[in-house]
Amino acid sequence: VTVPAAADRPPGAGGGPDPPHLLDLSLVFITGKGGVGKTTVAAALAQLAAAGGKRVLVCEVDAKGDLASLFEAAPTGFAARVVAPGIFAMSMDTEASLREYLKLHLRIPVAGRIGPLARAFDFVATAAPGVREILTVGKLCYEVREGHYDLVVVDAPATGHIVGHLSAPQAINDLVKVGLIRTQTDWMLEILSDPGRTGLVAVTTPEEMPVAETLELAGRIQRETTVRLSAVVVNRVLPELFGRREEEVFEALRDPDAEAILSAAVGGDVRPVMEGARLAVTMRRTRAAHLDRLRSGLDPSVPLLLLPYLFTRTHGLRTTRQVAASLGEELGA
Amino acid sequence: MTARSDPRPDAAAPAGSLDGLLAAKEIVIACGPGGVGKTTTAAAAAAMAVCQQGGRVLVLTVDPARRLADALGLSGIGNQERRIDDEVFRQAGAVPRGELWAAMLDTKESWDALVRRHAPDERTRDHILANPLYRNISARFVQSHDYIAMERLYEIHSRGAFDLIVVDTPPSRNALDFLDAPQRMADFFSSRLLRWLIAPYRSRLLNMASKPFYQVADRILGTQFLADIAEFFILFQSMYDGFVERAGAVARLLSDRRTTFLVVSTLEAAPMREAEFFARELVERRLHLGAIVLNKVLPAYFGDPSAIRVAQAMRDGSADAAGSLPVDPAQAARVVREVADSFLNFSVVARREQEQRAELSSAPEVLAAVPFFDEDIFDMAGLLRLAALL
Repeated sequence: VTVPAAADRPPGAGGGPDPPHLLDLSLVFITGKGGVGKTTVAAALAQLAAAGGKRVLVCEVDAKGDLASLFEAAPTGFAARVVAPGIFAMSMDTEASLREYLKLHLRIPVAGRIGPLARAFDFVATAAPGVREILTVGKLCYEVREGHYDLVVVDAPATGHIVGHLSAPQAINDLVKVGLIRTQTDWMLEILSDPGRTGLVAVTTPEEMPVAETLELAGRIQRETTVRLSAVVVNRVLPELFGRREEEVFEALRDPDAEAILSAAVGGDVRPVMEGARLAVTMRRTRAAHLDRLRSGLDPSVPLLLLPYLFTRTHGLRTTRQVAASLGEELGA
Repeated sequence: MTARSDPRPDAAAPAGSLDGLLAAKEIVIACGPGGVGKTTTAAAAAAMAVCQQGGRVLVLTVDPARRLADALGLSGIGNQERRIDDEVFRQAGAVPRGELWAAMLDTKESWDALVRRHAPDERTRDHILANPLYRNISARFVQSHDYIAMERLYEIHSRGAFDLIVVDTPPSRNALDFLDAPQRMADFFSSRLLRWLIAPYRSRLLNMASKPFYQVADRILGTQFLADIAEFFILFQSMYDGFVERAGAVARLLSDRRTTFLVVSTLEAAPMREAEFFARELVERRLHLGAIVLNKVLPAYFGDPSAIRVAQAMRDGSADAAGSLPVDPAQAARVVREVADSFLNFSVVARREQEQRAELSSAPEVLAAVPFFDEDIFDMAGLLRLAALL
């Protein structure tokens, strides 16, 4: 098998052979367009890894509190806390990350002086893009380097922001030629660029905009970052109701006479129920077309993991386990 | 701008409808969580205003789906407003009473225009445009999208060329970011801390080693980077007055009674939480919560108790029910069971949605629910179909 030149490969391929198994990585970023369920997937991946005996840290970057609710745990903070057996959770706080960094690396002792410094840094961070991002990515890479956990799962920023995060070490490297930051970004880049350790998972739904955004992201990740796209998770895939023969039967039953017979047999009007099934079939068909577009636009070496639409009433530990089970099946775990 | 009642004869449409809201306002800002159809809703509202009231209507959008952009003839347009061909309406079987215009937000281009407008002289302008930090900020700095969107809105509105401007807000970490963006930007450039930070550069007393803060900053960031930052801010401060004045004007425009907000959401738990928070926050800030639009709502029949009973009967007695049908009984029984199961599955989701809706505590002027469409909306006909349901 000949490996095509980089330019010939469809977006998504980071080069080299098939990406390693998701559960064998040490650092997994989960991203996706808003509303596709990336927090759910992050929680499920953590759950799956923990069920396999791993010690997992799951970190929510844009803290909205959704992560804790998926484990039915109290809200998370910067200090990691156990939320389920084998699962530690934290939410990112760039100022706390800075404080930790200063304590660990610069040995700046006085808490009193960190106050104004942190404010000043907040300032620089607002102005200088990449500083906030580097504090986020830096903390996560630090946890990986120190080996505190077997796996770090990041409920990362949405598609529009993830490239900025993952390319921050490189961008800082380009801007800052000397200084402590420079030496720091070098080891971060080493972790991020190692496809055996770090991967990105893009979550999408089989709908037009999420699919378009995912394909665009795959290209940008390849061009602008050193991180490998490890998998694309397609969430909320609707079940196939009928095979082709059954679909013909369904069409026959949609005939007004047949509907009348059926209504008489069950003692009530079946038309809304039939209409509901028609809507489900059409929705499934529309979504299948988007799924095809996604499949053909991605590098074939990027695994496509399908998660079913959940017809459940609430979201909590039970659904997290359900999603983890589906994810496990898709991963062959 | 001429009296706006002239081009829009139906401006007296009843309050309580989205139509009426669009007729009464000059600026409609569509906001809400990501992935709920904000862009499509904004485009549909603008198309509806053109068909119902007429006048010149602009939709200022961020990132429309490519198929929709293609269908409206918008592909490749940048910052400049462009008129959408009437033919697009006619092909969808509609007669526009006015003109529909569209513009897409190009952050980089907008920043450059801003610098050109506010820079005191050519030399400063060129230096800013060439500064590596500026180039980074304008191209990648995520929060700058929010600021630029509001800045563009102000600029277009003050030109007075449009009767109605519908704004599709950029996706952000927090739906509120764009409201705070102008003030944050003004605070930033007027801060004492900033002046203190760049003071040694300004006075060319680069004897930073004497001050502990610079010592630390230098160790972390490196001298060149600090110098780049300082140069950037010194240059930007020359535009300070312009910025602060603008930020104030933008804030006034947002709270003006000619401006209204349209919160878009779906009935899923997470988006609803965000939308609710946003609606409450609008009210608290005395901004006008004009409407809440709920998208992708499942059809009402999924929640109808008698339909659910029928579905249960179909599921439990599928074999009996199928026996009387003019098709293969075994196959028919399977299909009937599948149909019933599918219906009952969606009923669970519909009930969840119903509960979410009942818990909605905010009281906008208009509450609209848009059902799940079979197909994606990708052309004018689709937009108008959506608008009819609003």
